[in-house]
Amino acid sequence: MSERSLGMPTRARWLLAVLPLGLVVGLVWFYLATDPLEPLGASAPPVEELTVERSVIDDRGFHLHVRADGSEPMRIAQVQVDGAYWEFDLEPAGALARLESAWVHIPYPWVEGETHLVSLVTGSGLIFEHEIPVAIATPTFTLSRLLAFALLGLYVGVVPVSLGLLFYPYLKTLGARGLQFLLALTIGLLAFLLVDTLQEGLELAAAAAAAFQAQAVVWLAAALTFLGLLVAGRRSGQPRGAALAYFLALGIGLHNLGEGLAIGAAFAVGEVALGSFLVIGFTLHNITEGIGIAAPLTQRRSAFWTFVGLAALAGLPAVLGTWFGAFAYAPQWAALFLGIGAGAILQVIVEVAAYLSSLASQDERAGNWWSFTNLAGVATGIVVMYLTAFLVSV
Amino acid sequence: MANTKAGKKEDGSAPTGGVPTMSADNGRRALLRNGLLGGAAFLVSQITRPFVEAYAQAPELDRPGHEHVEAHGGMTTVGTVDHARNGFDPSVILTDWDTGRSGETSDGKRLREFTLTAIDKEIEIAPGLFFPAWTYNGRVPGPTIRVTEGDRVRIHFVNGGSHPHTIHFHGIHSAEMDGVPNFGRGMINPGEGFTYEFDAFPFGSHLYHCHAIPLKRHIHKGLYGSFIVDPDPALHPEHKEAAMSRLLGAPENDRWQELVMVMNGFDTNFDDENEVYAANTIAHAYMKRPIHIERDRPVRIYLSNMVEFDLVNSFHLHANFFDYYDHGTTLTPTHRTIDTVMQCQAQRGILEFSFEGFEPGQYMFHAHQSEFAELGWMSLFEVVA
Ligand SMILES: [Cu+2]
Repeated sequence: MSERSLGMPTRARWLLAVLPLGLVVGLVWFYLATDPLEPLGASAPPVEELTVERSVIDDRGFHLHVRADGSEPMRIAQVQVDGAYWEFDLEPAGALARLESAWVHIPYPWVEGETHLVSLVTGSGLIFEHEIPVAIATPTFTLSRLLAFALLGLYVGVVPVSLGLLFYPYLKTLGARGLQFLLALTIGLLAFLLVDTLQEGLELAAAAAAAFQAQAVVWLAAALTFLGLLVAGRRSGQPRGAALAYFLALGIGLHNLGEGLAIGAAFAVGEVALGSFLVIGFTLHNITEGIGIAAPLTQRRSAFWTFVGLAALAGLPAVLGTWFGAFAYAPQWAALFLGIGAGAILQVIVEVAAYLSSLASQDERAGNWWSFTNLAGVATGIVVMYLTAFLVSV
Repeated sequence: MANTKAGKKEDGSAPTGGVPTMSADNGRRALLRNGLLGGAAFLVSQITRPFVEAYAQAPELDRPGHEHVEAHGGMTTVGTVDHARNGFDPSVILTDWDTGRSGETSDGKRLREFTLTAIDKEIEIAPGLFFPAWTYNGRVPGPTIRVTEGDRVRIHFVNGGSHPHTIHFHGIHSAEMDGVPNFGRGMINPGEGFTYEFDAFPFGSHLYHCHAIPLKRHIHKGLYGSFIVDPDPALHPEHKEAAMSRLLGAPENDRWQELVMVMNGFDTNFDDENEVYAANTIAHAYMKRPIHIERDRPVRIYLSNMVEFDLVNSFHLHANFFDYYDHGTTLTPTHRTIDTVMQCQAQRGILEFSFEGFEPGQYMFHAHQSEFAELGWMSLFEVVA
């Protein structure tokens, strides 16, 4: 009955929305038709941008997936490899409109283990360089390789988280203060993961085509994920116990997706030494995560299957990550996932902190939330993560 | 994926040392946990090792080999240049002598008159690769001006470009006619003109180029060309035969296959390094269309170096040797029987050689700086019987 209260028939109300819309369309048309920038002499040459999103190396040479990112269509006129003009094949052929992508196939007799430099020369003579740091054949998609990467993901994700969860019986023997310390430690490690994940996401975003504005996407994805999970998690009150553990596992799982990605991509670009080193480093790193996930469970009995579920949720995304990193890598997508991961981790930080604060208020002896124990816990969490990460980044 | 590296870390060595403690509250328990974590890590590394090694070797993957990649055809620019659109063709430039309009001066000398117009023009220097050039008469290099020793040379210069330019001729002339800023007429502004006039002297293989400032930019944009002064045989009785063979139009000259090559380069992205090197502007032009050489006729090349940003350029002939006349100002070789010659910027000379008695086929010549060769300065003679 609102139309009546406005004193207007339905059709007139509809018109009220159409009128401003029409004006907007008119304005855009007017701008394009009159070109108000013309007096400014805005006839600068088109800005050309080219991003190499993915490179595949095989027995036929190099294959680069490129995306144009300029104001005008651009044309890859010639290709140099290691400072020599080289044969190439564009697929599809022709100019690339804004945000259009193509494959550049270059039959080049590359040398295994050596560095090669591919320079893409545009029609106007600009050069976009792409370094292949260690030439090695890109893993192609085969079932056995898929399984191998799955196994790798399990080693990195599920196995260490499970090892961490094995501390559960010991954690149960800790008193109330011990539990608070443990939760504070979890907050510390999550804080580290948050920073790490965001940083990683922003780094990847910088490698994506500028028009995607991937850095903004990282922040927005993080914010939306955070809010979404917070709302979902609080539908039946503040999450605690198994529910909180599951949220922890989800947040950490998304972070582990990023870790899997890093490993898969490292293998894909031939940095096998780096890849294997990441495996060991992340494994150590992730044991701590298992301990953190177990922390909210220590106040009650938990079924064995709960632990299986938690390990799967926190660990299996690493498998997806290795697949994605090795076979279907694109920086903008990877950045998006890491943004989501950061948001999920932030939500868990908030929930664990809320849980810790409610525990502290129930427990007179343990003092308030700002106890020395809790500060020590947060600090220990951050330091432990830093030290294990330090091992990875040596 | 160097620019888009997903890997967290740049590199690494094997993880060593102890496993960090969770907390320092209980020594004995910490020790126990350390042992547990260390053991787990060791276990994981043992499990991963075969996987890692399998990948490191990746035996099932094919290695690139020359059977897969066309070793001969691989190193090249792709596509063809539209010479008609450019308005000049490197295959034509080779023998395109401009002897000007002939006349006579009041004191009875032979007069050669030329008109050179500076024109801004985008030219295609490799297939699909366009360079915003400054040109004389719409071509790079500019017209090959060819006169005879002692001729009166009159050059009407018209600046149809967007910047002040000049023409500076290598040769002997008055300060007035030097074509440099601040001396004589100095810089010629857009829309203006000037007539340079001097006697052709000494004979040789010379150059002309714009001497406006900034000099580097004006030269590498394309304002240069060859200026050949043929010797007057009457003035060189002791080397009459050689002089006659150089004199365009003389029967002795007719049996020679004469070619002009200006070695040049183009910096397309303004980083003071050339992205394209060539003889006569177009990358790989004579690889794609080899220069036809009749086996039994001698070859003479008027070679000059107008490459910018690099100290030297060079010319190397495969399967043959040549005599070299530095600057072309002598009638006897300054180097005999060499197969490679080096030229500093603006240096030039005459090469004489013959494929007489050689097996017909394709013979390479190129800069013997591999970098230049791979970036376009690589060519072929097609020797036919
Ligand atoms: Cu100039």
